[in-house]
Amino acid sequence: MQKTNKSSLMNWVDERLPVSSFIKNHLTEYYAPKNFNFLYFFGALAIVVFVLQILTGIFLTMHYKPDALHAFASVEYIMRDVSFGWLIRYMHSTGASLFFVVIYMHMFRAIIYGSYKQPRELLWIFGVLIFLLLMAEAFFGYLLPWGQMSYWGAQVIVNLFAAVPFIGPDLAEWVRGDYLISDATLNRFFAFHVIALPFALAGLIFLHLAALHSVGSNNPDGVEIKESKDKKTGIPIDGIPFHPYYTVKDLIGLTVFLIVFASIIFFMPEVGGYFLEHNNFVPADPLVTPAHIAPVWYFTPFYSILRAVPPILNSQFPGVAAMGAAVLILFVVPWLDKSKVKSIRYKGTLYKKWLTAFVVSFIFLGYLGTVPSNVWGQFSNLIPGIGGMDVATFVARVLTLIYFSFFVLMPWYSRVDKTKPVPKRVTYK
Amino acid sequence: MSKNNNSFNKDRRKFLLAATAATGAVGLTAAGVPFVTSMTPSEKAKAAGASVEVDISKVEKGQLLTTEWRGQPVWVLNRTDEMINDLSAGESNLADPKLKVTSQQPNYCQNETRSIKSNMLVVVGICTHLGCSPTAKLTPKGEMGESWPGGFFCPCHGSKFDLAGRVYKGSPAPTNLVVPPHRYNDDNTLVIGEDKKDEA
Repeated sequence: MQKTNKSSLMNWVDERLPVSSFIKNHLTEYYAPKNFNFLYFFGALAIVVFVLQILTGIFLTMHYKPDALHAFASVEYIMRDVSFGWLIRYMHSTGASLFFVVIYMHMFRAIIYGSYKQPRELLWIFGVLIFLLLMAEAFFGYLLPWGQMSYWGAQVIVNLFAAVPFIGPDLAEWVRGDYLISDATLNRFFAFHVIALPFALAGLIFLHLAALHSVGSNNPDGVEIKESKDKKTGIPIDGIPFHPYYTVKDLIGLTVFLIVFASIIFFMPEVGGYFLEHNNFVPADPLVTPAHIAPVWYFTPFYSILRAVPPILNSQFPGVAAMGAAVLILFVVPWLDKSKVKSIRYKGTLYKKWLTAFVVSFIFLGYLGTVPSNVWGQFSNLIPGIGGMDVATFVARVLTLIYFSFFVLMPWYSRVDKTKPVPKRVTYK
Repeated sequence: MSKNNNSFNKDRRKFLLAATAATGAVGLTAAGVPFVTSMTPSEKAKAAGASVEVDISKVEKGQLLTTEWRGQPVWVLNRTDEMINDLSAGESNLADPKLKVTSQQPNYCQNETRSIKSNMLVVVGICTHLGCSPTAKLTPKGEMGESWPGGFFCPCHGSKFDLAGRVYKGSPAPTNLVVPPHRYNDDNTLVIGEDKKDEA
């Protein structure tokens, strides 16, 4: 279709780069289901946060020094002396936590509406890869302020590699570049944090979007809109152009998000020690471990799983393996779910019960990861089997079992679950 | 050059393609070696890992001195006679009282007190679980509870060690604390990072 009112400049560009057709294919004539609810804001929000993190990150690197002698002081310098340095840093630190809020919501959305199911398996796999890299990115970034939590958090996580049988200690030494977390480690984590992972993330986000635009969005009904097309135009009847409909709708979501974002930055940037931990205002000291160390909140569910698994045969590897498995198992979810329907709207009560148990266990594991394992005291020595054990450790073990059962038993309960009939078209009031 | 499409040898093409790809892969791997190796500890880091000398003349009975070797805390504890006597009493609660995991101490410390001089414990103050530095709780009982005989407690995940750095049963830490290579130059000079000469 050749538009007559197209400017000659645009024509000139289009003959050399397909800008107009790109805008058509991916915005003005890209059809998304019309029944998106608020859970569909989070994909767009994730992109906004990613861009924000890159932008604020660039300005932080202008003042930050990746050197064990100067790192801590340079962060304080940013906070106190650099004009608006405090704002840029708080945007970056708050952005990190909110990135995980947004991604967790985005993943939750994909899980409840079955957005990982055929034909979107690859889209989901790219998503899980992004989640993995995001965790690595957050971990590398957390060492940079060179506070006590940075230091000992990195110490614990790098030592996870040392638990790998046979090659472990050499692997950990290779990651650190020294016999302990040191200047060498800080310097390379900086390189990973500002160059390697952002590049890899950008690449994966591109693939994630390319896969999305190839298969099209799922929706809360889990109905394929491409199966009901207008006979004349070939456009899905339940589809609306992404621009202007969803760009405008996403702007509303963005506005709400920015209100929350700004409120945190200006009124509670540390969020009571959850976004920026108190101990990280103390410079790193390799000789003294803080009395209680815990990762930042977004890692705590997985950290709880690590702590819950006891050492087996004098090796802490099982705990490390369980923690890894807790994330990696997400990759195979598309093949674990045997349900005939995609969306939770048409799934039965059995699935809903399992999902609820999973969400509750994830949240409680997250809470337990922020507190010492003796927080609820010990069982009386009189109880056989678990006498003397920390109550919280026992609870974490049960929750860990539930966490894994949700996935491992999925092939069973998703098959026997009583589903409801799925309508031909999306439901929309 | 023949224009006939059927004239080329399919097998030869396949072989050439595979050979080229394999050579390329070998080349890429070789080119990757310097990058991977560059991340191992540098010569400077290795040099910093050399031995340190510690003056122990001022460490009284029952006192703990924390020093640094390879950037890690090393504890030098001058145990009292009572502390040494109590070591064998608590053995039933330990995970590895007989030091079966021999990598945790040099040969010359493969003994009941895990030391060269029976009173002087020299041990790396890093938990064998995930690398936190345990806190010294040398006095029995107190905040650690009635049954606590004195030792070290790791705040991160609750591992407990006795006054020879041996781990208690039920701790997340899998093995005893590491006794670093060390020797005595004279009565008051401890060298950490070098083995006892006659038994190196």
